[in-house]
Amino acid sequence: MESDRIEIILEKYFQGETTIAEENELKSYFSSSNVAQHLEQYKPVFGYFSQAKEHRLTQEIPLQTKKRNVAWLSIAASAALLLGIGSYFYFNNTNKTPVVAQSDLGTYDNPEEALAATQKALAMVSHNVNTGIESVQYIKEYQQSKNLIFKQNKIQ
Amino acid sequence: MNQIVFLQLVNPFKDKVFRLAKRLLVSTEEAEDASQEILVKLWSKKETLDTYNNVEALAMTMTKNYCLDQLKSKRASNLTLVHSNYTDREPRLDQKVEDNNSLEWVEKIMSQLPEQQQILIQLRDIEQYEFDEIAKIVNMNETAIRVALSRARKKIRESMLNTHQYGIR
Repeated sequence: MESDRIEIILEKYFQGETTIAEENELKSYFSSSNVAQHLEQYKPVFGYFSQAKEHRLTQEIPLQTKKRNVAWLSIAASAALLLGIGSYFYFNNTNKTPVVAQSDLGTYDNPEEALAATQKALAMVSHNVNTGIESVQYIKEYQQSKNLIFKQNKIQ
Repeated sequence: MNQIVFLQLVNPFKDKVFRLAKRLLVSTEEAEDASQEILVKLWSKKETLDTYNNVEALAMTMTKNYCLDQLKSKRASNLTLVHSNYTDREPRLDQKVEDNNSLEWVEKIMSQLPEQQQILIQLRDIEQYEFDEIAKIVNMNETAIRVALSRARKKIRESMLNTHQYGIR
């Protein structure tokens, strides 16, 4: 009785028409102990299908790939670069601020006061320049003595 | 997607990937390498993985293609895959030996089938995928799959009958 039904399913199976449920029925039938004599030859086939499903991948999956490290490295490098550029601009700005502040140092509203202040400043500059010139006066002495010596040389 | 989420995603089908690779490549080591390769490839795509609605089918397709490429390159370079899958079968019972023996026969018969049929038998009879899933994995229509599967099953039956009746007739 049961083997009749199994034979029908087997026929469908070889035509590729069975459903998963019917195939499971075949598998459990052929793994049981009371398989009809004339169907005995199919036993190893279905036994093998069940057994083959038991193989397992035992290896670990190496997820830490090189690619990922490279990605991290580039992120770190770009962060360092950004930090460098950022700090460069930041410190440049802090250097510039006093210059800007100096140019803002007030002005005179009264023209006479401004004239006096300008004259004072110019006088200071000319005084400083004159002291500079005085200290270089003695170079003239060298010139004179050099001229003397070279004239003498020419005569000889 | 972090590692834990990825492993949870991959765990249900990583053995299927391995078994399909082993079916095609025969050698256990080669199959392990192939499955690792596939899983690492999946991991490297982890950002776009959410856009695939069936990651398992994607993984199986990748495995199929990878293994076929592998076989092609091995054949092109005139190398055969060597394997040393010698299991330690202890003949404690005569019956067990005989069973194992006939199971080995099935494996041998299957390895003589064309690769396409091996893949189909693996996916349907061993992994028990539905036909529409297989259609996605191997990129064939369901009718063609049924026909090829029927052909493969009949070929196995034929060879089994020959070995079963060997010495009787």
